[in-house]
Amino acid sequence: MADLSVNICGIESPNPFWLASAPPTNTGAQIVRAFDAGWGGAVWKTLGDPIENVYSRYSSVDMNGQRMMGFSNIELITDRSLEINLIEIAEVKRRYPENVVVVSLMVDSNPDAWDTIIKQVEQAGADAIELNFGCPHGMSERGMGSAVGQVPEYTCDITGWAKESATVPVFVKLTPNITDIRVAARAAKTGGADAVSLINTINSITGVDLDSFTPRPVVGRMSSHGGYSGPAVKPIGLNMVASIAADPFTEGLPISGIGGIATWQDVAEYILLGATTIQVCTAVMHYGYRIVEGMAEGLSNYLDSKGMASVNELRGLSVNKVVDWQDLDVNYIVKAEIDQDKCIHCGLCYIACYDGAHQAIGVEYKDDETKVWIIDDLCVGCNLCSLVCPVQGCIEMVERDHGQTHMSWNDYLSDEKPGELYPRPKHGLTIGPT
Amino acid sequence: MNRMTAAAAAQGGLAPPPTMNHDEALIEAHRCLMCWDAPCTRACPTTIDVPGFIKQIANHDLIGSARTILESNILGASCARVCPTEVLCEGACVLNGLHERPIDIGRLQAFATDDVVFGDGDLFTLFTVGERTRHNVGVVGAGPAGLSCGAELAKLGHSVVLYDANDQPGGLNTYGVATYKMDQATALREVEFVTGLGVEIRSGTAVGRDVDVGELFSSHEAIFLGVGLGSVPLLGLEGEELDGVADALDFIADVRGGGVDLTGESVAVIGGGNTAIDAVTQAARVGAERVYLVYRRGRDEMKAYPHDIERALMSGVEFIHWSAPASIEGEGSVSALVCYRTDHSTDGVLVAIPESEYRLPVTMVLRATGQAKRVSFFDQFDGVATDRGGRVVVDEEFRTGNQMIWAGGDCVNGGKEVVNAVAHGKAAAMSIDRALRSGAAGK
Ligand SMILES: Cc1cc2nc3c(=O)[nH]c(=O)nc-3n(C[C@H](O)[C@H](O)[C@H](O)COP(=O)(O)OP(=O)(O)OC[C@H]3O[C@@H](n4cnc5c(N)ncnc54)[C@H](O)[C@@H]3O)c2cc1C
Ligand SMILES: Cc1cc2nc3c(=O)[nH]c(=O)nc-3n(C[C@H](O)[C@H](O)[C@H](O)COP(=O)(O)O)c2cc1C
Repeated sequence: MADLSVNICGIESPNPFWLASAPPTNTGAQIVRAFDAGWGGAVWKTLGDPIENVYSRYSSVDMNGQRMMGFSNIELITDRSLEINLIEIAEVKRRYPENVVVVSLMVDSNPDAWDTIIKQVEQAGADAIELNFGCPHGMSERGMGSAVGQVPEYTCDITGWAKESATVPVFVKLTPNITDIRVAARAAKTGGADAVSLINTINSITGVDLDSFTPRPVVGRMSSHGGYSGPAVKPIGLNMVASIAADPFTEGLPISGIGGIATWQDVAEYILLGATTIQVCTAVMHYGYRIVEGMAEGLSNYLDSKGMASVNELRGLSVNKVVDWQDLDVNYIVKAEIDQDKCIHCGLCYIACYDGAHQAIGVEYKDDETKVWIIDDLCVGCNLCSLVCPVQGCIEMVERDHGQTHMSWNDYLSDEKPGELYPRPKHGLTIGPT
Repeated sequence: MNRMTAAAAAQGGLAPPPTMNHDEALIEAHRCLMCWDAPCTRACPTTIDVPGFIKQIANHDLIGSARTILESNILGASCARVCPTEVLCEGACVLNGLHERPIDIGRLQAFATDDVVFGDGDLFTLFTVGERTRHNVGVVGAGPAGLSCGAELAKLGHSVVLYDANDQPGGLNTYGVATYKMDQATALREVEFVTGLGVEIRSGTAVGRDVDVGELFSSHEAIFLGVGLGSVPLLGLEGEELDGVADALDFIADVRGGGVDLTGESVAVIGGGNTAIDAVTQAARVGAERVYLVYRRGRDEMKAYPHDIERALMSGVEFIHWSAPASIEGEGSVSALVCYRTDHSTDGVLVAIPESEYRLPVTMVLRATGQAKRVSFFDQFDGVATDRGGRVVVDEEFRTGNQMIWAGGDCVNGGKEVVNAVAHGKAAAMSIDRALRSGAAGK
């Protein structure tokens, strides 16, 4: 069994699995159940001046029978009094000293407000605080949340205030509703942040009720833009985490990765791209705390299979495998190959390539079956056929060694290019003038 | 009761399987891979765009889904229930190649069509009906072939009259298919859906008896014959006149009518085809004590479909292979079926085993040894020929040797499925339409 414990800016966590600040961390009673289920840490539902929510609050994008592929909410920060939350934080820490309790905060943009609340939660026993600069709805209109996160100067200043008050580590939670996440992360670091958490939710409209014409979620006869989360946002979270991990300015800044995590594979991917801990919200809202069992078991089995004794060995291994396009090897050649024994003759690769790519798959209806084959000379190795194929291992992208030299686009453009560009199949004139 | 035993109990009765609910349908619809040039569509005699209608279900467009189905097959609702999907669309599903359960196409099709076919929506929002023509077509037989032909012609704007000898229209959909596939009420409601397109049905009107052929010719410019097959002929056995001996088709028709209870009876059904298998299963499901299927050959030679055989076995039917009837015993009514044993001779011919007779104590004997062809009926029509198997000879457009007469369904293929009859009726309708419009029909 690999060791899953991690240390993030001095805080020991029994495992990297944390609950994100959200409904699953609303109350002490919930967090106690979550710790019992196996979660290593929890980021308390954002505290501040308690708000009132609207009734209808969530909506989702369902795809091909998968519910909540994407999830959107218009909920605000905690609606419970600070007093009660503080009592519960203290009680949770008393009962679970080994588990991590980070408290998420969001208050008005003045140093005193931050100072007061930081002192209170530290006294209650918080292991760290997380500054919520991410919430894209409701709070941002009040000058908080992403209204701060979207302006690097504010991020830097408020992080600075928090650092002055806090004795525990300060996490800054970033909003993805920004063009270049590295700018926000740099601002947080400049302000003194000990770690960053990302991503918060993405501004979104999940859909429109086609009878009432009201977008979802419907509140009376209106709706509002919501924060998008769940499996659909994972690729965005991964990219943002990776770019912060790779940025020289923020190199080494600990990251708590968030966004669309539901399985041990998701966790492993975030860690490979630089995260130390990860946080989960939507998947728990969907399936409950129990999903952590599969995460722990799966991650540990995976690490064992890789001969790694600790999850720390995994961290960041993929960060420098993300390079700029210009640095890719333009002479790396792959072509699709179809294993005819596995083919079930659904024709999906054919039509995808024919209509949607490079017309490099042949087809013939013979012996009661749709027969398909790769036209090798036309295949550009784009992967599309292997992506649409429903059969595991039926279409493989196979590397071709034609003795071509390794060469990046930059190399190719340079004066002393190391070799020739391996030729690409290209269609000539496909339709003539009428 | 767990879910499995509940399903088994549901299977045991006379009722067809429950229709899908919306959630079930969505989950199933999403399993469909949406093959290109889909094998399910190729396997369907009426070439329904199966992936197309399934994706329409998945995308919450039920009207569109129903239209996709019904445009290809106007009897899509009954085909959804009675088609042997295991050997057609579902048998062709590529998921079989993944050792996965194929898509439940039949029940999805029922889900998609039920609202439209059995609801009271306006059909003309579903189909665009062509401008009314002055042409008038007579269809003999309101079974699946006749209904399909009539419906397509009505959609094309022609006037259509269907004549049917039975009290109720629908042919074997009404009288013949097993209750556990489709009940009679459902079959009749589907006929109403077809008549909603504007076809007239004259039930209880046999051509050749109530309407003579000459009258038919004087009222219509073109004729479609969809008269199906006849009853199961007598076997020529001693004792066949006893009470309790019947044509399996009549027995099934009675069960469909309702109220048949075989408690205390023992039944032997002679035959190994689809009618035999339905008759034994029906008998078992209306309470018969023992039900035997007596077939002169082995399991592999039975024409009945494997899934139907399985259903019969699960209903408690006992199969007696390599046995043939010798005579029927009883005083007034049946008390036993006397059988002898059979075998293949070395050159593959079926032979009786000498002195192998034995008595099977039963109170009912049902003949299911194949329906008779209506050869003499066709003799009334000049130019309409039948082949040596008694099947009406048609060209690829289902036209007979008489330029005014088309034919399709069981009377042409010798007895296949409802979906084949529908395909014939539709193809014939297209041909009739072309002929009428070009003035190439009879008159
Ligand atoms: C017991 C049994 C079970 C079956 N089960 C299935 C099944 O589960 N699934 C399936 O797909 N297929 C099944 N079939 C086959 C299917 O029923 C037929 O293939 C289909 O009904 C053929 O349609 P049709 O219109 O050609 O003939 P029919 O359905 O036989 O209809 C012919 C019609 O013509 C009428 N008619 C005949 N003579 C005259 C006349 N002189 N004047 C006026 N009307 C006349 C008859 O009254 C009848 O209504 C079954 C058949 C049988 C016998
Ligand atoms: C209903 C809901 C409420 C949330 N409330 C907060 C919050 O109060 N503070 C905060 O920092 N993030 C909040 N979030 C964002 C989550 O913590 C998390 O960053 C985001 O949902 C992405 O992770 P996921 O894909 O695992 O859900 C909320 C998310 C949801 C769905």
